[in-house]
Amino acid sequence: MQIFIFLLPQLILFLGAVLVFSLDLVGSKEKKWLPYLALAGALISLAVSLYLFGWAEIEEETVLGGMLALDSFSLFFQIFAAVVASLVILLSMAYLDLKSPHQGEYYTFILLACFAIALLALSSDLVMIFIAFELLSISSYILTGFLREDPRSSEAAMKYFLYGSMASGMMLYGMSLLYGATSSTNLVKIAQGLSTVDQGLQWVVYPAIVLLVVGFGYKTASAPFHQWSPDAYEGAPTPVTAFLAVGSIGAGFAIFLRVMLTALPDFQINWVGLLTGLSIVSMTLGNYVALSQKNIKRMLAYSGIAHAGYILIGLVSWESGVFGTVFDGISGVLVYLLVYLAANLGAFAVVVAFENKTGSNQIEDYAGLIQRSPLLAGTMVVFLLSLIGIPGTGGFIGKLLVFGAALRVEYYFLALVAIINSVVAGFYYLNVIRHMFFQPLDEPQREKIQLPASLSTAVIIACVFTLLMGILAQPFIHFVQSSLGMVIS
Amino acid sequence: MNFPILSLVTFFPLLISLIVLVMPKSKRNWIRWTATILSLIPLGLAVYIYIIVRADPGIMHFMEEYSWIPAIDVFYRMGVDGLSAVMLVLTALLSTLCYYYSIYTIEERVKEYYFLFLLLQVGMTGVFVSLDFIFFYVFWEIGLVPMYLLIGVWGGERRIYASIKFFLYTLAGSMAMLLAIIGVYLNTGTFDILEAAVLQPFAGNFALAAAAFWAFFIAFAIKVPIFPFHTWLPDAHTEAPTTGSVILAGVLLKLGAYGLIRIVLPLFPEPFAFYSFDVPIIPILAVISIVYGALVCMAQWDLKRLIAYSSVSHMGYVTLGISAAAASLAAGGGKETSAIIGLNGASLQLFTHGIITGGLFFLVGMIYDRAHTRQIKDFGGLGAKVPYYYGIMLVTGFASLGLPGLAGFWSEFFVFRGAFAIIPIFAIIGVLGIVFTAAYILWKVVQFVFLGEFDQEKWDAATHHAELTDMTTFEKVTMWPLVILMVLIGLYPSLIVRLLNAVSTTLMSNF
Repeated sequence: MQIFIFLLPQLILFLGAVLVFSLDLVGSKEKKWLPYLALAGALISLAVSLYLFGWAEIEEETVLGGMLALDSFSLFFQIFAAVVASLVILLSMAYLDLKSPHQGEYYTFILLACFAIALLALSSDLVMIFIAFELLSISSYILTGFLREDPRSSEAAMKYFLYGSMASGMMLYGMSLLYGATSSTNLVKIAQGLSTVDQGLQWVVYPAIVLLVVGFGYKTASAPFHQWSPDAYEGAPTPVTAFLAVGSIGAGFAIFLRVMLTALPDFQINWVGLLTGLSIVSMTLGNYVALSQKNIKRMLAYSGIAHAGYILIGLVSWESGVFGTVFDGISGVLVYLLVYLAANLGAFAVVVAFENKTGSNQIEDYAGLIQRSPLLAGTMVVFLLSLIGIPGTGGFIGKLLVFGAALRVEYYFLALVAIINSVVAGFYYLNVIRHMFFQPLDEPQREKIQLPASLSTAVIIACVFTLLMGILAQPFIHFVQSSLGMVIS
Repeated sequence: MNFPILSLVTFFPLLISLIVLVMPKSKRNWIRWTATILSLIPLGLAVYIYIIVRADPGIMHFMEEYSWIPAIDVFYRMGVDGLSAVMLVLTALLSTLCYYYSIYTIEERVKEYYFLFLLLQVGMTGVFVSLDFIFFYVFWEIGLVPMYLLIGVWGGERRIYASIKFFLYTLAGSMAMLLAIIGVYLNTGTFDILEAAVLQPFAGNFALAAAAFWAFFIAFAIKVPIFPFHTWLPDAHTEAPTTGSVILAGVLLKLGAYGLIRIVLPLFPEPFAFYSFDVPIIPILAVISIVYGALVCMAQWDLKRLIAYSSVSHMGYVTLGISAAAASLAAGGGKETSAIIGLNGASLQLFTHGIITGGLFFLVGMIYDRAHTRQIKDFGGLGAKVPYYYGIMLVTGFASLGLPGLAGFWSEFFVFRGAFAIIPIFAIIGVLGIVFTAAYILWKVVQFVFLGEFDQEKWDAATHHAELTDMTTFEKVTMWPLVILMVLIGLYPSLIVRLLNAVSTTLMSNF
């Protein structure tokens, strides 16, 4: 019975997807209510998972022969996925009305992709991980190429697909090495197996780690496995870009944490160096390339790469056995994901609203936005400041926790690189603010931008949460900490 | 529980800003007057705090402490002693004057302007009252954003360059500070500024203490600014709107120096003393700021840029005073009194420089509004045409060069009195700065602008036939409070010094 209750939010997401898909097939062509059905599915799923997290008594256990781990960590990502689904659907409504008639398929795949995120976080077996990983990837490819008439969209999907299949292949190879060494695909058993495996086979772990990191690095868009992201972000329909930027990265970190902390904690000394390198390269490359971007979607893509680098600091700074301090690194990862979720989805909501009205994604076209829409410009400032990490916004708390974790384990160099990068990042985020506020407008452009209700809801929710996480951080940190029990210990 | 007066004085401007936010854009006069009149409330509260604190200025008053983010031991901690009380008055006074002055001078995007300016006041006030590192840091950064926008939207020609430079410089400094704050926390287990000072972070590990010291020091040095971190200042000051320059020079620079006194000196006395006496990097930087800043002023022909550089020079005195106090810890016994005097001078300079340079920027703004030029060479002989303006400028200028009887004298006197006893060589070089200051104020400002024959043709050519009128009522109302304070403190310095002295004495007696 418990497994059913625990998996209820997932089932709701899945049922939502099936319902949207099948109802789209019957009856008349025009179905204005489809998006609302999808939204309702996502919201019910969110409500149920919040209920489970806060009030239900759940015994943490693994079920189905160790395939799924029912723990608060997976519930955290269940909530994460449901929030992403709801917000992305809100972002999509007005956008899709303008761009594509195939609404049923679109919302089906959004729900399926979010279902995949939650499933990925639940998986505690390499086989299950791979299945969920592929479900997420394939849904993402389809969504990226959803605007069939737009050649950039198709190109983006193709590129994403080629990179993705390459990365999945390498990851699968890594998994097979682990299986070969321990004859198990279960994460817990792998950890046990690796501690007893004979010395002659130990070396297998190192290539396995490298290959797994290729796969995870691809999902989290960490450099140097990020090459798909700028093109995919630019070409994909903008709400899908938002999904990729937040949902996909979140899923990547869910599985990153799960595998590293459950299966490979004893080999931390071997993966820490690798991930430190990954983190430094991501931050530096992401930020420096973002400096020269003219297209806001591309800029946010590169900034996403940089944020993946910051988040990795948290994972790198994890020490087994350290629990009860917030500077344990892993709390930082999850808090950072939350604040990144709010700020980045908010920023994309503004981008969607702007694109709906003007058809442009060029940063210079944002000139004078404050006069055309004070709501969009004002909230965008909050989102960008949060991405910079200015106090008062959630981004500050995220950075505080990951930097603090790095200092706690005395990785001074990493912390130093991170703060230099934060300053560099200030430059391109400010550049957007500069356009919105400082540039005077030509007369014909002075037309006001009206927002549909769905978008203004999304923008306001994201803004409120970005500020709340900055000002009243305690409940969010508490939420994160109580979801770490099983994974960390 | 006591009435949370510090929260009120800090967050009241936020309340005003929200009121401004909901007022319709077209009611510009309503917005202006509402902000100005309501801002008298925090000013009144600040004066009230000053009066209460005056009774026993050496200890913290009106302490407030609530748990804020218990997961990381972050508290909402506030308290004021003599130094913070004085700075509170300065902040509230200059802010109110700026709101008032803006009624007549800001025409564009009035609502946004007041909204941002009020947010800025929250940030500035908060820095002076917070006693928790994270809390301090939050306010420190919150002020950054509105200032950035104020320079960028309402500034001069090169405003975009100047605003971004200002933001990134400060951001770089504060990121370094953030690391140091976390370091202090990991070492002492508290974000409480007072408690951390007692626990002495990294005591016994000089390398780490020095690293944390430099991280804090650079963050504050950028804000002060101390040479070579000063290059953002001339751009920001010159391009900012008049009121922006007033607040920048009057309050924002003080945040850095305040941090040096409140955080760096009590937490890291050992490295501070080491780098002030054994390896005297900090006095050297202070002296360079003083002399170099003054020399640049001598060569400046843009009146506003000149005042901006004079800030570099004058804030050098502050650094010199603080480093003298720090050096006394390494210099051996018998120097406590001089150290306290030096520290008094430095903190008094924060206040006097705030009102004097704030006044000078107002005055430059007034002449610019008429002439639309700031080139000193375009002026000449204005003294006869605008006698009232000339008179006010003379008082302010003389206060700036440290004429006895006016406010600037005492702070410079105390700084040098302290520094001579402890680090004499730097004091001697620093005195050159006073000479140069007298030179550029008398020669550049007074002689070139006001003395001589007024040349109507030159004026018309330079200003496109601008009308030259003397000060209007609102300008007089803006300037008079500042002038009165300059004279009052010049005649009766103990008005402020008594409070500062108690703080310095407490601080130095802890070592």
